[in-house]
Amino acid sequence: MRYAMAIDTKKCVGCSDCVVACQTENNVPIGYCRDWVTEITDGTYPQLELEIRSERCNHCENSPCVRCCPTGASHYSDGGIVTVTHNKCIGCGACITSCPYDARYSHPDGYVDKCTFCIHRTQKGLQPACVSTCPTKCMYFGDLDDPKSEVSLVLKKRKWKTLIPEAGTDPHVYYLI
Amino acid sequence: MREEIIVSGRMNPNIDPHLHIWHWQIPLYLFLGGLAAGLLFFAAYFIIQGKEDKYPAATKLATLVVPFLLILGLFALFLDLKHKLYFWRLYTTIRLESPMGWGAWTLMIITPISMIWAALNVRTFFPNWKWPFKFLDDLESFFLKYKKVLAWVTIFYALILGVYTGILFSAFNARPLWNTSILGPLFLVSGMSTAAALIILLSRSKEERFMFAKIDLVLIGIELFLITHMFMGFLASTQVQIEAARLFLGGPYTAVFWVFVVGLGLVVPAILEFFEIIKIKIPAVIPAILVLIGGLLLRFIIANAGQFSRWLY
Repeated sequence: MRYAMAIDTKKCVGCSDCVVACQTENNVPIGYCRDWVTEITDGTYPQLELEIRSERCNHCENSPCVRCCPTGASHYSDGGIVTVTHNKCIGCGACITSCPYDARYSHPDGYVDKCTFCIHRTQKGLQPACVSTCPTKCMYFGDLDDPKSEVSLVLKKRKWKTLIPEAGTDPHVYYLI
Repeated sequence: MREEIIVSGRMNPNIDPHLHIWHWQIPLYLFLGGLAAGLLFFAAYFIIQGKEDKYPAATKLATLVVPFLLILGLFALFLDLKHKLYFWRLYTTIRLESPMGWGAWTLMIITPISMIWAALNVRTFFPNWKWPFKFLDDLESFFLKYKKVLAWVTIFYALILGVYTGILFSAFNARPLWNTSILGPLFLVSGMSTAAALIILLSRSKEERFMFAKIDLVLIGIELFLITHMFMGFLASTQVQIEAARLFLGGPYTAVFWVFVVGLGLVVPAILEFFEIIKIKIPAVIPAILVLIGGLLLRFIIANAGQFSRWLY
């Protein structure tokens, strides 16, 4: 099993509902976020293009954060989800520094925290909070190893990209373009 | 003109607008670690050479200082941890992939080694020193017997510690400024140079100061060579590394790096040490102190600028 997420940049309107859903579901401390919306304006005026992306931890297959963790607190859980075991984390910050997406932060309680693909929900067969709340239904979540899963089908049908593939992390959050 | 404007809704403390998760603790620890590695290297090297009487500050006095430097460095490292009560987890895991992990283990080995050296030399400075337990006397005679073996082990671990202080940074592909393998050798040489400077400060023998001024001059030369190569490498690399180099070539770190690290920390002490070697009288304290400050600043600047450099996407 290999969990992945596909996000349709053509459908996303940047409402930040995913951000609020995540903060509520995961009790994210005030002032922090595990997912966020990025808007990129590109081009020469007046020919401008706008891309809106809902970003989060990419649950990379070759995660620099897992590699550099000195205690094994950062690890791959079921389905390749990258998670942090709180009582193994010493808060050294190596994983935060190692993430090219800056997806991690230091929780006020001391340990390092980040998106978990809502592993407590996916284990019950539910969708992550951000996916289930998205009002434009621009996010797809599922098992990449299953060719019939929603995410596999949409990645077959549409053009997509990942963020900084040249960093060699093999990210598993895909952006449909 | 084509422009790209990125607006992000993320504003996590210490992560945005740019990463600043490692403050003064890490660079201070890297400085002390490099300094200790250099001191242990010189002590062990000259003991193997049998020149203990010729270079007493390097082989005896300096070894008394090293455990304090290492403990202070470890304390700084401890202060950096944000989940402090779990620090012992470092020593219940062995993860060779993680530089932080094997660095912690190296320190676990080299700190006791440095204490052995301090214990072996303690009578030189405190002649009436007596160990409270008999087994400590036995241990002392054991290590005195195998002094040269211990010296070889010390050289090995000192080199690992010195290189590690740079590799801790260079292992992060996410920070383009740090992601160069030159950082390992650069921090090793810089650590040895600061160690030579401290020995010059500690030494009362003219001959020893002269010798370490020569050693330091060579090390400074290597450092300048490595710094030049680092920037050449960046400028010939990908866009993110070119931008990382620009932080120092016109960017916000230009003045502080070239004036204080390269100028006052390397070039000026090199000139002063050269004067000393050709017998023009210069107070040996001046280049030594400049080298020490330069080494400390180098680590602070690389630590800060590295967190400033990033991938843009």
